[in-house]
Amino acid sequence: MILINIKKHLDTADGALEAHYELNIHDGEFLTLFGTSGAGKTTLLRMIAGLETPHSGVIDVDGEVWFDSEKKINLPPQKRSVGFVFQDYALFPTMSVRENLLFAAENTAQRRTVDELIGLVELSALADRLPATLSGGQKQRVALARALVRHPKILLLDEPLSALDPSMRQKLQDELSLIHSRVGVTTLLVSHDIAETVKLSDRLASVVSGRIESISPPMEFFSPQTLSGKLQLIGEVLKIEEDFPVSIVTLLVGTSVVRTVLSNAEASDLRIGGHAIISTKAFNPILIPLP
Amino acid sequence: MESEFISTMALTFELAAVTTVILLLIGIPLAAFLAFSQTRFKSIIETIVSMPLVLPPSVLGFYLLLAFSPASFIGEFLTSHGIRLAFSFEGLVIGSVLFSLPFMVHPIQSALSGVPRTIFEASYTLGKSKLETMIRVILPTIRHGLISGIVLAFAHTVGEFGVILMIGGNIPGETRVASIAIYDEVESLNYAMAHQYALTLFAVTFAILLLVYTLNKKSLGGIR
Repeated sequence: MILINIKKHLDTADGALEAHYELNIHDGEFLTLFGTSGAGKTTLLRMIAGLETPHSGVIDVDGEVWFDSEKKINLPPQKRSVGFVFQDYALFPTMSVRENLLFAAENTAQRRTVDELIGLVELSALADRLPATLSGGQKQRVALARALVRHPKILLLDEPLSALDPSMRQKLQDELSLIHSRVGVTTLLVSHDIAETVKLSDRLASVVSGRIESISPPMEFFSPQTLSGKLQLIGEVLKIEEDFPVSIVTLLVGTSVVRTVLSNAEASDLRIGGHAIISTKAFNPILIPLP
Repeated sequence: MESEFISTMALTFELAAVTTVILLLIGIPLAAFLAFSQTRFKSIIETIVSMPLVLPPSVLGFYLLLAFSPASFIGEFLTSHGIRLAFSFEGLVIGSVLFSLPFMVHPIQSALSGVPRTIFEASYTLGKSKLETMIRVILPTIRHGLISGIVLAFAHTVGEFGVILMIGGNIPGETRVASIAIYDEVESLNYAMAHQYALTLFAVTFAILLLVYTLNKKSLGGIR
């Protein structure tokens, strides 16, 4: 069980912010921090890893205190059992895939698991290649495998899939889910991708302006008022065009672009880049299998 | 005459080699400080490091000569401990280290600034100390900057003239390096000898630079 209750002063693009994170993470669960950029998700991840220092509060991991402002305890990142996967992968450029993993190993037992981990992320054929010769998805897998070498108490993933194209992202989501169920490590993911969040997480913590607004299973968060016989899709608002007397709203649902007509008043509640539920009733959807 | 030529060339490269090794040892920590520190004094230190780029060598040589002279506070201290720096090889090393400092520090500093922060942080979260991270991850990553610094500092020391003339003079076997010898031979209208020194310096410098650029290009191909 990981108990977090920390405060931090943040300087964001929208001005100063007094962030306060209160969060309990259960053993072995996959928890996603979901929210817009600038909400302070990455900062929370970095404070857990010890890369940034909270102003006050406590971080307790399985009874081991990593940070306590009152007792003046602040373990350096080296002493915290974390696996951190950075957005830019942060692979060591002069080391091969295998050397990157071996660098992380602390003892012979861990060194022996390196090849097994490389196999787990399906990179056995590329184990002797340098990072620069790998694709984005392959680099991401190396970063993930490297973060798992030391059997961390918590795996921290900072938008690990955001730089990848949609099909690669979906494939890696499946792999990440598989690896999580196989390794069983407590995982904290930062994401603003709905599909990713729904697919991977046991629980979702919604982060808004440096605070955790709610924690719930992801489907409950995205579609709280599910009614039977009603089709609901979640989409991202791409464009709002006013075309008197209505507004035409373009949304991205999965990988499809959908256009719909709203009254101007309804459209005024939406904002570009935000998420919306598309809900339709009174007729049955027709599903036609594609060849 | 031949043996004097050999000993002068040997002295030239010995001075450059000793200077380069010392510069490498102080250049890496200094470059790391300049690349990562946030203190207010950073600009002052940066300025001092870069001064030899614009300062006439004779100015640096003049002040070093004053400092080394037994009449000064530093010189008096050194003399009382039996150390004589003016017109000695050790004095030349000190002058060369100061004068070639920016040529070692700048390439390393800019290479270090180009390493993403997350590379350091990834190593820390994998349990490695700052020193181990520096030695096993960062220095191999910035090896092109290190090689540039080594080559520039070495070549610059080989070609140095003004500082050496001021603080070293022209003592064969002790402070007479190739660049001084060329000047000296021309002064005494001995063009053949001057030519021998000049051509040797030209060829050696060309060979070193060519080797470095060829190696750099090869290893870059595998990395980027």
